[in-house]
Amino acid sequence: MIAEIGHLLAFLAFASALSQVWFGFTGGGETVKRAAVGTFALTVAAFLLLIVGFVTLDFSMELVAKHSHSAKPLLYRISGAWGNHEGSMLMWCVIMAGYGGVAALTMRADALKERALGVQGALTAASMAYLLFASSPFARLDPAPLDGSGLNPLLQDPALAAHPPFLYLGYVGFSFVFSLAAAGLMLGVIDRDWAKRTRPWALAAWSALTVGIAIGSIWAYYELGWGGWWFWDPVENASFMPWLVGAALVHSLIVTHKRGGMAAWTVFLAVLAFLLSLLGAFLVRSGVLTSVHAFAVDPQRGMLLLSGLAVAGGVAFGLYAWRAPLLKSGEPFDPVSREGALIFNNLCLAVAAGSVMFGTLLPLAAQIWGLTISVGEPWFEFALGPMLGALFLILPMAQGSTWARTEPAPILKRLIVAAVLAVGAGVLAFVLYRQSPWLAPGLAVGVWLVAGVVTDVARRVGPGGISRLFKLSSAVWGMTIAHLGLGVFVIGAVGEHAGRFEQTFVAEPGDEFTFRGMQFRFEGAKAAEGPNYTADQATIEWIRDGGVVTLRPERRLYPASGTPTTEVAIRKTIAGDVYVALGDPIRDRPGAWSMRVSHHPMIDWVFGGALLIAVGGFVSLFSLRRRATREASETETGDRAQQGSPGAAAETPLGQSAGQAGGQPATREVST
Amino acid sequence: MRARSQRLWLIATAGVLLAGATALALTALQDSVAYFYAPSELVAKDAHKEGTRVRVGGLVEAGSIERREGAEVRFKITDGANAVPVTFSQLLPDLFEEGQGVVAEGRLDPSGLLVAERVLARHDENYMPKEVYDALRKAAPANGESPAGYGAASGAGG
Repeated sequence: MIAEIGHLLAFLAFASALSQVWFGFTGGGETVKRAAVGTFALTVAAFLLLIVGFVTLDFSMELVAKHSHSAKPLLYRISGAWGNHEGSMLMWCVIMAGYGGVAALTMRADALKERALGVQGALTAASMAYLLFASSPFARLDPAPLDGSGLNPLLQDPALAAHPPFLYLGYVGFSFVFSLAAAGLMLGVIDRDWAKRTRPWALAAWSALTVGIAIGSIWAYYELGWGGWWFWDPVENASFMPWLVGAALVHSLIVTHKRGGMAAWTVFLAVLAFLLSLLGAFLVRSGVLTSVHAFAVDPQRGMLLLSGLAVAGGVAFGLYAWRAPLLKSGEPFDPVSREGALIFNNLCLAVAAGSVMFGTLLPLAAQIWGLTISVGEPWFEFALGPMLGALFLILPMAQGSTWARTEPAPILKRLIVAAVLAVGAGVLAFVLYRQSPWLAPGLAVGVWLVAGVVTDVARRVGPGGISRLFKLSSAVWGMTIAHLGLGVFVIGAVGEHAGRFEQTFVAEPGDEFTFRGMQFRFEGAKAAEGPNYTADQATIEWIRDGGVVTLRPERRLYPASGTPTTEVAIRKTIAGDVYVALGDPIRDRPGAWSMRVSHHPMIDWVFGGALLIAVGGFVSLFSLRRRATREASETETGDRAQQGSPGAAAETPLGQSAGQAGGQPATREVST
Repeated sequence: MRARSQRLWLIATAGVLLAGATALALTALQDSVAYFYAPSELVAKDAHKEGTRVRVGGLVEAGSIERREGAEVRFKITDGANAVPVTFSQLLPDLFEEGQGVVAEGRLDPSGLLVAERVLARHDENYMPKEVYDALRKAAPANGESPAGYGAASGAGG
């Protein structure tokens, strides 16, 4: 029954999404709100029923039989619901409808909201149609098997239970940004108010995407057994492209919100972020590219996704080409100004996203000429490193700059200490570790970021001292945390990359070996048993001055699917992770095994930095929400008048009177 | 005046960045891209120059896995017609087995031995790297039968 009710609910959700489109485009007001909330509730109900099917092990459902097993722990029975193509598509629909539902309940009622909910309804309906007609999670299996074939053991991991929901909150979150952009273009209201209302959605999606990517990276680090945290795999790149464009978007939205500028570009990014998310879905699920991430490979589904991408892209860019030329420009500014810096930020991020796309799709293009090539880590590092490095050099200066026009001298003067620290760190790295080309410049840039952000906080606090630290607005805190996180991440990434060292050993029980001055003893491997797997568990003692640390890496075999996996042993130290992976037993030498020991300095900086970026994003989101509630009492017209009527400024030919008279002194920040 | 100079700045910066990115991308392409060959292509075309980066894909030849000193492992990658010897000194992937699909990436030494820096095997029991599938199909078109297991795959959310 569960499957049939779930299927029915999914159909009702599809119908509700269609009604949402109708009311959204015919000015349904309250009705479109109700439809959006209804779509959300129905998709959630369908999804819950699917989870019930997975938890109760209803093997008469094809999806459960294929991806679950009676011996599986509860957590993975639940996460099994989205650890496969069909279930994850349903989660995609739930989250898409969820953004619509939350927007319906929280946004101010007006034409933009109605129309955006209508567009969101269309996207949801299209996703639901794809779900129902091309990949239904509620299909029955007759006769039902006695037991399921088990979830891929690599996915039976807490990090990977959380990875898809966050990733989709990000990917799919851009769908509502897309809807707002399309609605704004149709209504011709891409202005400061539009940007102000779009910002929270872009920030929410982008921050969630950051968390999702970070979790996936952490998982890859300890679960795949290779000890790397980023492989430039097509599927990773598929998430990195919308992340880069999303990062550009959250910055350009600030310019459009505060100064009315860059409106056409901002709305272009808003459309592009979601299209790149769709491209990612296509790359992951169609199997056109070779990737370590295997998903259901099905050309028909690939074609459907590609058609969806083409339709969404065609409509959106058509709309854009028609409407964007009518958009007003914002207030004029000097190249050396906060606007100028944010434009530079956007150019760098957009070009970086373009490079990632080139490297990801090149193997596909080469196939047309009959060549099979692979583009790997060295290419991406070389192509992206300098571009992002230039961006990071500008960042601390941008933080100290003011709108419209900035006097560079005082900013540069303040940053002298940061520059000295950065150059010092770079020179030190160059002298001590000459073998790695990225370390010295990378470390210098990372230190520059951290020291530059701290300098900026110190300026904002002023002579008031620490007590004023807590009086800084949450918007400033969000930016500060995110940018500090970026600095920490850069330092960690180049440090880990340059300092990573690994060596493979073959040892018999009782053998000792030395790895980078560390003494290890292999005690042997014995059979062990888990809830749904059997394992060979090795015992390796790391002999230190203070005593012995025991490491127990495993090789597991999951009989349900017949898949072996590597379970690494990691010991965290101040100097980084010591990481041991067990290899294979050696034929002809009983008791002997191969194993790989590696050292990953600063690995926690990599993940910690990435998570700080996300925290910064969420804090900014929180500050926008708070400001929105504070401003709710003020009338909208009052708000606009207060800002010096950007509309009027833009309508006069640029720079005649508005530029000089308006803006500058009023909006310029007080810098000491 | 103002608007025009603003636009000029923008176009100039964008142009410099784009040109820089293109230059970087193309320079990097010269030596960091690996071409993929099936064993027969590598042998027949004599397509390799010593020291160029290549990827070779096929099946691990039955009975060819040989452990050497330390962690070194030697094996042969075959597509049914020809085989390429490979040496690898790191841990082999979980699903590395005789008769299974594999991709090795590395450089060729003068004797034609592939010194692999990376070895990729199937991701799980259902999945075979697409390159391997294509290589096998190219090598044995008469066979008609598709290599086992390519198609349905359970997979990682991502």
